[in-house]
Amino acid sequence: MKYEVVMGLEIHIELATNTKIFCTCTTAFGGEVNTHCCPICTGMPGTLPVMNRKVVDFAIKAGLATNCTIANFSKMDRKNYFYPDLPKAYQVSQFDLPICEKGYIDIEVNGQTKRIGITRIHMEEDAGKLIHDEGGTGSLIDYNRCGVPLIEIVSEPDLRSAEEAKIYVEKIRSIMQYIGISDCKMQEGSLRADVNLSVRPMGQVAFGTRTEMKNLNSFKSILRAALHEEKRQIKEIENGNIIVQETRRWDDDLGKSFSMRSKEEAHDYRYFPAPDLVPIKVSDEEIISFKNSLPELPQARINRYINDYKLPEYDAKILTNSKDIADFFEEAIKYDVPPKKVSNYIMGNVRKLMNINNDEVPPFTGEQLAMVIKLVSKGTISSNMASKVIGFMYEDPKNPLLIVKEKNLGAMNDEGALIKIIDEVISQNQQSVDDYQQGKKKAIGFLVGQVMKQTKGKANPQTVNKMLVEKINNLK
Amino acid sequence: MTILKYHQMLINKEISALELTNLYYDHIEKNDEQIGAYITLCKEQAMNMANRAQEKINNQQATYLTGIPMAIKDNICTKDIKTTCGSKILENFIPPYNATVVEKLNSQEAIILGKVNLDEFAMGGSTENSYFHKTTNPYDNTKVPGGSSGGSAACVASDMAVYALGSDTGGSIRQPAAFCGIVGLKPTYGTISRNGLVAFASSLDQIGPLTKTVEDAGLVLNGIAGIDKFDSTSSNSGISDYTVNMKNDVKNKKLALPKNYLASGLAPDVKQSILQAIKVYEKMGVTVEEVDLQFTDYAIAAYYIISSAEASSNLARYDGVKYGYRSENFNNLLELYKNSRSEGFGEEVKRRIMLGTYVLSSGYYDAYYKKALQVRTLIKGEFDKLFETYDGIIGPTAPTTAYGIGEKTDDPLEMYLGDIYTVSVNIAGLPAISIPCGFDSQKLPIGLQLIGKAFDETTLLQLAYAYEQEVAK
Amino acid sequence: MKVTKETVNYVANLSRLTFTDEEAEKMAGQMDHILRYMEQLNKLDTTDVTPMEHVKPISNVFRDDLVVPSYDRSELLKNAPNQENGAFKVPKIVE
Ligand SMILES: [Mg+2]
Ligand SMILES: [Zn+2]
Repeated sequence: MKYEVVMGLEIHIELATNTKIFCTCTTAFGGEVNTHCCPICTGMPGTLPVMNRKVVDFAIKAGLATNCTIANFSKMDRKNYFYPDLPKAYQVSQFDLPICEKGYIDIEVNGQTKRIGITRIHMEEDAGKLIHDEGGTGSLIDYNRCGVPLIEIVSEPDLRSAEEAKIYVEKIRSIMQYIGISDCKMQEGSLRADVNLSVRPMGQVAFGTRTEMKNLNSFKSILRAALHEEKRQIKEIENGNIIVQETRRWDDDLGKSFSMRSKEEAHDYRYFPAPDLVPIKVSDEEIISFKNSLPELPQARINRYINDYKLPEYDAKILTNSKDIADFFEEAIKYDVPPKKVSNYIMGNVRKLMNINNDEVPPFTGEQLAMVIKLVSKGTISSNMASKVIGFMYEDPKNPLLIVKEKNLGAMNDEGALIKIIDEVISQNQQSVDDYQQGKKKAIGFLVGQVMKQTKGKANPQTVNKMLVEKINNLK
Repeated sequence: MTILKYHQMLINKEISALELTNLYYDHIEKNDEQIGAYITLCKEQAMNMANRAQEKINNQQATYLTGIPMAIKDNICTKDIKTTCGSKILENFIPPYNATVVEKLNSQEAIILGKVNLDEFAMGGSTENSYFHKTTNPYDNTKVPGGSSGGSAACVASDMAVYALGSDTGGSIRQPAAFCGIVGLKPTYGTISRNGLVAFASSLDQIGPLTKTVEDAGLVLNGIAGIDKFDSTSSNSGISDYTVNMKNDVKNKKLALPKNYLASGLAPDVKQSILQAIKVYEKMGVTVEEVDLQFTDYAIAAYYIISSAEASSNLARYDGVKYGYRSENFNNLLELYKNSRSEGFGEEVKRRIMLGTYVLSSGYYDAYYKKALQVRTLIKGEFDKLFETYDGIIGPTAPTTAYGIGEKTDDPLEMYLGDIYTVSVNIAGLPAISIPCGFDSQKLPIGLQLIGKAFDETTLLQLAYAYEQEVAK
Repeated sequence: MKVTKETVNYVANLSRLTFTDEEAEKMAGQMDHILRYMEQLNKLDTTDVTPMEHVKPISNVFRDDLVVPSYDRSELLKNAPNQENGAFKVPKIVE
């Protein structure tokens, strides 16, 4: 039987505010254990929360960027449960009146546009961190992250494959980076996803029983966890077992998920309106002004790149996938270099180096990349050398001209020296010269290659080609 | 002796702040063994503060509260001074910060003598639910002082403090004030910052003064009220001096007397005194009219649902992890939680946590909690309507005078019913004051309650002051 | 009885409390008694009545996003029943 997978995601995003949601402690990542804390975020008796205005602003922006309706009236609620990372034994979150509802984003799957519904976006506080020290006698609690503001973006169960889920998270991440409300650094836990997944026989309308995997914090683990869970559920069903609704823990090292049923209690969160915080009202005028203040979103940028810079759609989409890269691209083209050339370098050399180094942005500026391109067009360096210069610049982001000089990578423009090498190559490769003369035009390529090798890539291959052809023709 | 009188003596150099402080510690030493008002004394800090107060007095910078010895209910956080909430679970808790009211008192060099007893986490009406000891009524040592601010009321009534701060969630300032024959003011919700008041029921809690006179209550309010950036629910009422109208004539003011306030269940002596007080008002040219206040009959039920629900959440943080009592008897986290809480909390607190958890739990939320919030709307609406016509509401503070220690501890519901006249005020967020209005046949004090319009403490104090002065003649 | 011993045990677990059988029995009786009293609210018709969550109709109380130095760690840990290396300590949690 063929099965269809049905997925919905809950994405937690840490907002890029300076202070926590309810107190004035810093949200800076890292820091010595329990040094970004105060009586409020450690849940001391008698303390009260006061809402950080920026959290509300950021949540509204997130909603507008994902086509949500912004609530004119919204409130905070308490979600009650005991866990050591939650010092008040309740999380202040939003229950029945979230700040944003009923939105969507469009994603590209196999060249087709697909709309994914956003059920809601709500604001809440993050919990602290448990440190399970190896071989130690207990678990330690660090409340530095406790109270860092989050938004939770809940999708409709509109995703139909692990790949779609990954594309969806990438798109959400890119949008949030575009509007500047989060750095979305997954390795620092600024973006975590919970995957709700079920399978059903193809054609069946009713949903199957779903499981939930929590706190996946890399694209790779989202993809792997979803694929694994899909296979596991299908196998269970085919073996005649039923799927149990449960939370499962994904172990990225083992590439497996584990039932947490034994650890799970009957959850009854006893949500009720947070009495220490007052409701949040947003007028239609304010919503309009937030809308007007939003920066350009990815789709608008894609269109602009296609129309204004005449980039292929493929290039435009890849470049705009990350705001940082799109900004890098736009900085480079300010320096009067052809956009398509810049795009080629970014999608080729630069992206390759970023992948190897696991970087979100290159260490050099768009201006530096533009300088490299200009050095090529002026003939100062050969196009072959350009990738070497970029490589050196990645290791040490110096002025490219300086790199060319220091490493002696300049093009061989001394015609006399070049003629000498060409003569040598011709005399040493008589066979190829004969082949060329007998009409095997391809043989010239080999000869160009030999010259380039002798010049250590510094000559301009086009010039070499031209000179070789002239010389051989003159031999007749 | 009152704040006003000591203030004048301090200004006139008839007594120094240090002498006054010592005098009060002498009172405490003599009387507190009998009364049991204090949990913690902070003599060293008080002496230092007295020296600073004297400097201020000498520099003619004294406010009314400067150099006046006072006491603080032990559910209000004091930096570096133990704050126990009358509970084993916080027996050794030392806050790392001051409540906003304490900051305000410190900035005026008020002398904090110590922290006074209460029902555990302010849950109760007799101060019998304290983990540490019971407090007795200064008028009769076999009787309760009322509660939960029983320590606050008893220390003022026995002159072991010139005044005290208490907290009032359902009557916890007014009822002990009535039982101990002093003045207790519960301001409008939001008038005084709750920052640093250990939460019982956040939407009902309010700090207020217990004093010997109405004027003193106004002076304390002046010193501690105001909007606070640490409390989102605090307000700027725009009033800088709550005593401004206090001495004005009350002629032509209108008071409402809810018919059900004098219904069965009210002790005859108390009823007599209230009727007598009404006559006093009428003599002063105040109109008193009987009105129907039907929804307040439901106030106790709504109150115990709302307050217990909020308490169950507010008290969840006492889990033996960050501060407070930790059981020695556990093998894992769950046992640590359960045993620390079960051993650390007293019976009444556990009962409220259970009730509150129940009414919020899945399947019961709408029937109990949501229903109570709807009734809250009805109760507030009824009060608001009444205040379109009347300047205040008059009635008893409590259905009886102080009862015997141990007399009511068996039946929690009966204890709850003692809050019948006070809880609706918290539900509607209104200000109310209890002032002495005579004694019953056992020579126990009776309290008269006046309820005012939201944020109109000025009129409330004016009405109370007029009565106080009239009967003193 | 509306509130049984089982209900008490369920609610006790949610509240992280434990009761002996005898205590649970007593608690069930008391809760039942009190909840029955509370049910008098059902006499009131509250259809279309908005639940009052805040007695004071204010909204939008915010603070600016400005950092204030955090507390000295020792101040926050001084009441901790158990601590290690600047962290609060609990029994080992197995996930
Ligand atoms: Mg959440
Ligand atoms: Zn903090």
